[in-house]
Amino acid sequence: MHKMVDDAYYKQLHELQAVDFVLVELNLYLDTHPMDANAIQQYNQYAELRMRIAHQFESQYGPLMNFGHSFSSVPWAWNDTPWPWQV
Amino acid sequence: MWVYEKKLQYPVRVSKCDPLMAKFLLEQYGGADGELAAALRYLNQRYSIPDKVIGLLTDIGTEEFAHLEMIATMVYKLTKDATPDQMRAAGLGDHYAAHDNALFYQNASGVPWTAAYIQAKGDPIADLYEDIAAEEKARATYQWLIDLTDDVDLQDSLKFLREREIVHSLRFREAVEILKEKRDEKIYY
Repeated sequence: MHKMVDDAYYKQLHELQAVDFVLVELNLYLDTHPMDANAIQQYNQYAELRMRIAHQFESQYGPLMNFGHSFSSVPWAWNDTPWPWQV
Repeated sequence: MWVYEKKLQYPVRVSKCDPLMAKFLLEQYGGADGELAAALRYLNQRYSIPDKVIGLLTDIGTEEFAHLEMIATMVYKLTKDATPDQMRAAGLGDHYAAHDNALFYQNASGVPWTAAYIQAKGDPIADLYEDIAAEEKARATYQWLIDLTDDVDLQDSLKFLREREIVHSLRFREAVEILKEKRDEKIYY
């Protein structure tokens, strides 16, 4: 267990969490400010950045999402640890 | 539908085994103003709320599940190395008898979660005022939890959650204003 967790894992995970935080904040803000074009542009920009960071993370540490939103290597990688509460 | 993402919304680190603090944290796991209650409250109210607010209830309800996972992670990490004696000394002897070190949806006093904690009135303003109150109560609970521990790693995660309650409360207040504007428009039709 935890064989793939190194310093770079935490660094990349933290980078993804930071970008996702911006997206959650913008999303909730836009739910009540739907006409703010600047915020929408920022949201789209971060959504694209998010895709790139998540893809890079997954290529090294395995799938982040289930049900076809991430790809798997062989054997099936979804069951591989660590789960979020284990790191 | 919902899709799971294999990461926490914000890092959770603890610096020691502390089953007593885990017991207190259960208030935000299965308590009246906790994260389970919040998620289920918003995701149930959204079916009968005006269209302009459905997105907000869906998104905040979804974020609450991420917070529930953070609290679960705190409780898990604080108790995973605890012996039965340590669980008993922390007031979790009765919990251990029923659940070993497993988590259970209960509050800090061991009372199981109940749907009676949450409401869906079908009246958008009444529902949103309940939601604002729930966020403010959760914010206060997080402050009391921060005051109950000297673990700076744990405090860091709890402070993140406390700030999220403030943002959610603000967004719900804005939703109330949006619905009031809509209601006032109708007078002139």
